[in-house]
Amino acid sequence: MTFLKVSDLEVEFCVDKKKITPIEQVSFEMKKGEVLGMVGETGSGKSLTAHAIMGLSSLVGGKIRGRVQFGDKDLLSLSEREMQSIRGSQIAFIPQNPMTSLDPVYRVGDQIVEGLYKHRKISKRAAKLKALEIMEKLQIPKANHVFQQYPHQLSGGLKQRIVIAIGLCTSPQLLIADEPTTALDVTVQAQIMRLFLKMTKDKGIGLLLITHDLGVIAQVSDKIAVMYAGNIVEFGPIKTVFNTPHHPYTKALLNCIPTIGMKKGTLDAIYGNVPTVGNYPPGCRYQPRCPDRFAPCGTIVPKMTKLAEDTRVACHKYNGSKD
Amino acid sequence: MEKFLEINDLSVSFGVRGGLFLRKIGTIKAVNNACFSIDKGEIVGVVGESGCGKSTLARLILRLVEPDDGSVSFNGTDLLKMSKKEMRWQRRHMQMVFQDPYSAMDPLYTIYRSLCEPFQIQRIKLTKGEQRKKVDALLELVGLNSDHGFAYPHELSGGQKQRADIARALALNPQFVILDEPTAALDVSVQAQIIKLLEELRERLNLTFLFISHDLSLVSYFCDRVIVMYLGRIVENISADLIGKTPYHPYTKALIESIFKTDPGEKKLVAPLEGEVPSPFNLPSGCVFAARCNDAQKLCREKLPVLENTGNGGQVACHFPLIPLADPIG
Repeated sequence: MTFLKVSDLEVEFCVDKKKITPIEQVSFEMKKGEVLGMVGETGSGKSLTAHAIMGLSSLVGGKIRGRVQFGDKDLLSLSEREMQSIRGSQIAFIPQNPMTSLDPVYRVGDQIVEGLYKHRKISKRAAKLKALEIMEKLQIPKANHVFQQYPHQLSGGLKQRIVIAIGLCTSPQLLIADEPTTALDVTVQAQIMRLFLKMTKDKGIGLLLITHDLGVIAQVSDKIAVMYAGNIVEFGPIKTVFNTPHHPYTKALLNCIPTIGMKKGTLDAIYGNVPTVGNYPPGCRYQPRCPDRFAPCGTIVPKMTKLAEDTRVACHKYNGSKD
Repeated sequence: MEKFLEINDLSVSFGVRGGLFLRKIGTIKAVNNACFSIDKGEIVGVVGESGCGKSTLARLILRLVEPDDGSVSFNGTDLLKMSKKEMRWQRRHMQMVFQDPYSAMDPLYTIYRSLCEPFQIQRIKLTKGEQRKKVDALLELVGLNSDHGFAYPHELSGGQKQRADIARALALNPQFVILDEPTAALDVSVQAQIIKLLEELRERLNLTFLFISHDLSLVSYFCDRVIVMYLGRIVENISADLIGKTPYHPYTKALIESIFKTDPGEKKLVAPLEGEVPSPFNLPSGCVFAARCNDAQKLCREKLPVLENTGNGGQVACHFPLIPLADPIG
């Protein structure tokens, strides 16, 4: 049975009477318990993809098209009421900024158990015990004390742990984490990412990890989806994509990252800027910045081409090589 | 030979007010006895976690914040002895590029007008034509064209804004530029563009940089020397070539190990450090890092280690450095 299969996902907004589609032709799949890293630059549509899967884009006026199959259900065909019973229960979401995603006027403990009350038949006492258990697993010191505190009394690292606890406490099957450690310092990021990964692996939770940090993806994911200007341009197992990237954008992106011990003057940059939504160039969206472009790139939109089992790339260079 | 920039025992603390009638309830020692020097043409990086005093250090050097103690000498002149007026004139040699390109430019000014400001502030009289020429040359220098001068900051992308910000810092031909997290708000591909631009500008204009960042990989790539700060203190000063191989301070090592490597073959998910940076209120009497250090011993909690020479051009403040010091007396 499929765990999560997203096919031809598209979100359309209407801005100034003009229709724009920030994401188009987004297709990928995840197996149960797998960690899929989704990487891309600002505005490439990573967060919107996550929101569309959870059916949240429609709340802000977007039209979602395509198919999101989760288990035996098509999430996009469900009513808002049915969706609400899935959201937070079977699919949980960890938002980007822990500083603003916690409600400042509720104690953090109450915010953790809120999901449990809503989705599970559970007594107040049992819910608290369950929350404390998760807080302890996330190595929150003095969990009992923290449970009673307000968000402003906690440090950034602790707040992020609370947000993760909220996501994990209903034991969802799929967790979507949108830049969960971006706001944190490196030493704290290393701690939290490790704990987070261990807990999702132990419970067999599928994790869709959205980040712009290729280092985090390389260290924690099984598969990777590279997004550029609203499209997935490359999808594959983590080792394949990092060791032998196919798409020119993936190659260039990997060369942009400085590493310790790298020789001075060897850093590569990608010429130009990421096109903004609504101003996408014709044909391949990467084409104006691509050093390898040739005749069809400027006119024909490249389709996802299967290169091997689980490895796909959207680039004319590989069209017709294998299908 | 006198050093290009020499900083000695620079310290500053801020009073924190709170409670009834905003009484003074404590002090935060933001920068504590900072000592280092920069040679001409060198790029020195400052790394550390948030709140460790990196940005305050930069502001102290430019006297945007008045230090409590210490000295800053630039080309042999002591900046702290200068009057306000002299200091303003002095700042044409030393400029700063700020952290957030989105708020560093006045939103109501066009880029052109923002780039004219340095000349007006220093009362450098230019005719309209000269001014136009200067600004166009500056824009070209950073890879923009004269059309960008008509734009308002919100019309530019983050990378373009940062280029304009760099152009403004270079307007008065400074010798020394402090870059405070110039790429923190940018994507990696744009970050790489800006870093390449800075490398090029340094060659062309013979600049000296102090580069502040929380990204150790970036600093070790871009800089010649790296200063590692923790809770307002410099804990290590090391050549960028050595930092990945032989750091002396346990904190530097932990920082390196915390980086997520972009090599999926090398999966290492051990967190090298427990806990978070403690509050800078009421610092412990011993080593500032002792509470999180895995090798901390009794001495570390009692006595503050001072910066000692490592023997290969660096300095470290640790009682038990990871590599024994070549010449402990220095």
